[in-house]
Amino acid sequence: MKAKVDEKLIEHVADVARLKISEKEKKQFVKELKEILDTFSKLDEVDTKGIDVSLQPVELKNVLREDKAKECLSQEEALSLTQNKKDGYFKGPRAI
Amino acid sequence: MRTQDFIQKIKSNEIDIVEHTHKAIEECKKLNKEYNYFNAISEELAIKQANDIKKQLKQDKNSLKNKKLLGVAVSAKDAICVKGIESTAGSRILKGYKPLFDATVIKKAVEQGAIIIGKTAQDEFGFGSFNVNVGLGFEIPKNPFDKTRACGGSSGGAAGITQKASFPHIALGESTGGSIAAPASFCGVFGLTPTYGRVSRHGLIDYGNSLDKIGTLGKNAYDAALLLEAIAGFDNNESTTINEPINNYTDSINKKRNNIRIGVIKETFRDIDGKVEKNARNGIEKLKENGAKIEEVSLSLPVKYGLAAYYILATSEASTNLAKYCGMRYGMSEELKGNFNEYFSKVRSEHLGTEVKRRIILGTFARMSGYRDAYYIKAAKVRAKIIQEYKRLFKKYDALVSPTMPILPPKFSEIEKLSPLQNYMMDIMTVSPNLAGLPHLNVPVGFEEKLPVGMMLTADHLEEGKLLQIGSLFDEE
Repeated sequence: MKAKVDEKLIEHVADVARLKISEKEKKQFVKELKEILDTFSKLDEVDTKGIDVSLQPVELKNVLREDKAKECLSQEEALSLTQNKKDGYFKGPRAI
Repeated sequence: MRTQDFIQKIKSNEIDIVEHTHKAIEECKKLNKEYNYFNAISEELAIKQANDIKKQLKQDKNSLKNKKLLGVAVSAKDAICVKGIESTAGSRILKGYKPLFDATVIKKAVEQGAIIIGKTAQDEFGFGSFNVNVGLGFEIPKNPFDKTRACGGSSGGAAGITQKASFPHIALGESTGGSIAAPASFCGVFGLTPTYGRVSRHGLIDYGNSLDKIGTLGKNAYDAALLLEAIAGFDNNESTTINEPINNYTDSINKKRNNIRIGVIKETFRDIDGKVEKNARNGIEKLKENGAKIEEVSLSLPVKYGLAAYYILATSEASTNLAKYCGMRYGMSEELKGNFNEYFSKVRSEHLGTEVKRRIILGTFARMSGYRDAYYIKAAKVRAKIIQEYKRLFKKYDALVSPTMPILPPKFSEIEKLSPLQNYMMDIMTVSPNLAGLPHLNVPVGFEEKLPVGMMLTADHLEEGKLLQIGSLFDEE
C-alpha cells in the first residue's frame, strides 16, 4: 500500500500526536517520510495469509498477584518532581 | 587487571576500595571532558557505596565473600533509572528528573557490590544508530579510536567508556533494535543483548515495550557474563520477565565445547564494506580453527524485510510510550497556559528533538485508522514469519554469524549527509535478532585503518551461556 504523504497528512498526524511543527519541519518530514514509507511498503510482497500477528517475541503468560495493598510512594514523594501542584494534587492545564 | 582478580584484591584488602573509586571517578571526569561519555557522573553515590563496602569489609568480611561484583564500577545507560541521580534518557524533556527508585538492574547490581559511577550518553530515547541524535543541549560522544568519528548508538557512552576506562568497569546498556551491538562494534568491546524478558526492565525509560532489552558491555566476554549473571531473572515488578532459572554464565566462559555448529548468514555479506567483510571472515576462520563446523545459511526474509518491520513496530510503540511526556508530573514543565492540548503540544514541541518528532509522527501514522492494517498489523505478521525462520535454523545451528555493522565507524561529517532512511539502513544486521527477541553478542574481530570491526553471534532464546562460550574464544590472552 502506498499512502499519499503530503503536508496535510503530516499536519494531521502531528496534531494527533500533540506536536507542533514548523513549516520547515513539515516540508522536511513530508520528503523524509515519503522516502521511508515508499521503501517500507515492500512489506506488501510478503505473503502473510494465515499468519497470526506477533506482538512479542517470546510467549508470555498472564502474571497475577494477590490483591493486597503494598507500600508505595507517599503523596508527598509522588508530587516532589513537579512545580505544578496544589492541595496535594497534580495541577494540570484547563480541560476545555 | 582482570575483573575477577580485582574483586579478589578488594576482598583481601589489597586494594582500598574508597581510594580506588575516587581515582576511577577522576578518570571519568577527565575522559568526559574529551569524549562526552556521561550525561551524569554519580560521584557522591559512588563514594558512599565504596565507603559502605569498606565499612562492611572491616566489620564482617565473610558476609561479602559471595558478592559477584564487589567494588566493580558499573555505569548505566541514561535510560536506566538510578534513585536520586538525574535520569533523562538523553532528552531535554526529562531534564531535572531524579527518580524516586532504582531500576531492578541497579538494585541487583548494587546488591552484588557494584559501584554505580554514572549515567552514560545515548541517542534521545534510544532513537539512533550513531549516538548523534542526542537531546537538545546534550553532547555527542566521540569514538575512542578517532574523535572525528561516531561511537555508534544508541548506547554510545556505554561502549565508549567500556573501551577507555583503565579501571575494571562493566556497562549496563539497552537495545531495542541494535543499540548494544552497534556501539560495541564501533568501540571494539563485547556487547551482549540477552533474550527478551531475561532481564527485568522495571525502571527502564522505555522505547518499544515488545523490543526493549537491558544488556551488558564489557572489555571481554567474561565481564559481560558476570554482570548478566547479577541482573538476570524474574522480577515481580515486571510481568514480561521469564521465570526460568539463570545459568552460571561465567562458568560457560573458556569452557571447551565440541561440535559447535555455526551458520554464516550469506545475505549479510552482500553490499557491505570490504574491510568489514574481510575481518568478519577472519572471525569465522577463528571459529573454524577452534573446531566449529561452519556452514553457509540463507536468512532472506529477515534480511530483506526486518528493517521495515522493525521501524514500523518500534516507532508505533514509541509513539504511544512517549505520550506520557507532557510537562505534568515530572521532567520539564512550563507555566500552565492554554487548554491541555495546547499546553502538552507546547511542552513537547519545545523540548523534544527532531528525530524524536520524526519517529512519533511515523509511529502515530502507522497506527492510525485507515493505515493500521497496512503498516502496523502487516509488520507484526512479518515479525511472526521472521521468528519462524530463525527458529527453523536453530534446530540445526548453535549460533548464526553476520557482521555487526555494514561499515566502519563513520565520520560525523559523513553521517550528516545521510537521510533518515539511509540512517535506518545501518541497522540491517541488528534489527532482526531484536525483532525475534534473540540473544546476540558483538565480538571484536579485528582492526582496519586503526578502527575496530565487530562480528555478531546470535543464538536461540535463553542460550546466552552458549553465546558467551563461543564469544569467549575472542577474549584476548
